[in-house]
Amino acid sequence: MPSLDDLRKRIVSVKSTQKITKAMKMVAAAKLRKAQDNAEKGRPYSEKMQNIILNLTDSISDPQNAPKLLIGTGKDRIHLCVVMTSDRGLCGGFNSNICRLAKKYFEKILKEGKDLKIITVGSKGHDQLKREYGKYIIKKLSFKNKKKISFIEADEVGKIILDLFDKNEFDKCILFFNNFKNVMTQIPEAQQIIPTEIKKDSKKSEEIFYEFEPDEDEILEDLLPKNISTQVFKAFLENSASEQGSRMTAMDSATRNAGDLVNKLTINYNRSRQAVITKELIEIISGAESL
Amino acid sequence: MSDNLNLEIISPDQTLINTDVEQVTIPAYEGLMTILKDHISLITFLRPGFIEVEIKNKIEKFYVEEGTVEFFNNKLLILTSSAIKLEKLTKENISKMIDDSEVLLQNAEIKDKEKYIVNHKIDTLRQIS
Repeated sequence: MPSLDDLRKRIVSVKSTQKITKAMKMVAAAKLRKAQDNAEKGRPYSEKMQNIILNLTDSISDPQNAPKLLIGTGKDRIHLCVVMTSDRGLCGGFNSNICRLAKKYFEKILKEGKDLKIITVGSKGHDQLKREYGKYIIKKLSFKNKKKISFIEADEVGKIILDLFDKNEFDKCILFFNNFKNVMTQIPEAQQIIPTEIKKDSKKSEEIFYEFEPDEDEILEDLLPKNISTQVFKAFLENSASEQGSRMTAMDSATRNAGDLVNKLTINYNRSRQAVITKELIEIISGAESL
Repeated sequence: MSDNLNLEIISPDQTLINTDVEQVTIPAYEGLMTILKDHISLITFLRPGFIEVEIKNKIEKFYVEEGTVEFFNNKLLILTSSAIKLEKLTKENISKMIDDSEVLLQNAEIKDKEKYIVNHKIDTLRQIS
């Protein structure tokens, strides 16, 4: 049985932890609103860009000579995985979920005898992956000191990917990030960005004939690299909204747990205090009786 | 109104404009292009220049560096990472951008295509100031 003093100390410490988690929850909630806003504002851009590419590929004249970014290198040897995680912890299963999905994919790739290359974005993912897959990590990026992730950072990541592609360092590029569905649910997702994955819409309406200026190939050459950065940026936005959402729910349940613990401890504390009082009373009474 | 087309200018972090307009002039890669209602479906991309939008006989100008344009079914979609309303560009901003571009031109390794774009950028920026 812990002494009264110990119990009191524990209650105080749990209460102060609760204060911290509560504050973190509030901060996350405020940041979430902003991040969610950004994610929603950013969605049209990437969606419309995908749309244009889809329309372009439909009307491409010579599919054999299409840009490599679109059709791939024709091989499937080396996979480049870009794992995007947060730089800060205490956000529930956010980072672990991405890493779990990524690890599953890594295992599959390695089992098939293919080569694996990893780029980690965000320090938490790097921490989780370096023990098992450290030798595959070719680059580690972190934007910890940046307050807000803008298109410039995404472009930076995009350029690195494109640079590697130009040097024939990989055949396929897959992006891992958390898709923000709502505050409670974030779905880890793997998106293939090179070669561009084209979601064929089965009930696509009548074919549209576009005029191209300059020709299709040149437009595609201009558009595809941009699309890579755009997809990375989208992943950044979704990720930051997911991170805040995940942190908010995690901190909310932490605050609730701390509350439960304080209640339990308080009951314990009151009981032992009562026990001490009763004991003292008994001592006094039995002392008085014996006189 | 019947003579209008819908214009959307979208940048990665926001939708800059989404409204009905009478006509739009865009700095397409191969030259200026004015788009009115019932233009043929079109995909092209932009070089540095001004997007001039005519809304109710008033002209609004945006400065862009690059972008992709799709016109289909009287909907004009401009995707750009760098559209700024002309009024929002300050003198210092402009002169800094000109300086940066000129440094870029000094680079011996610059490709013809980039040179073309940077030259246009300098020209456009000079026009403002």
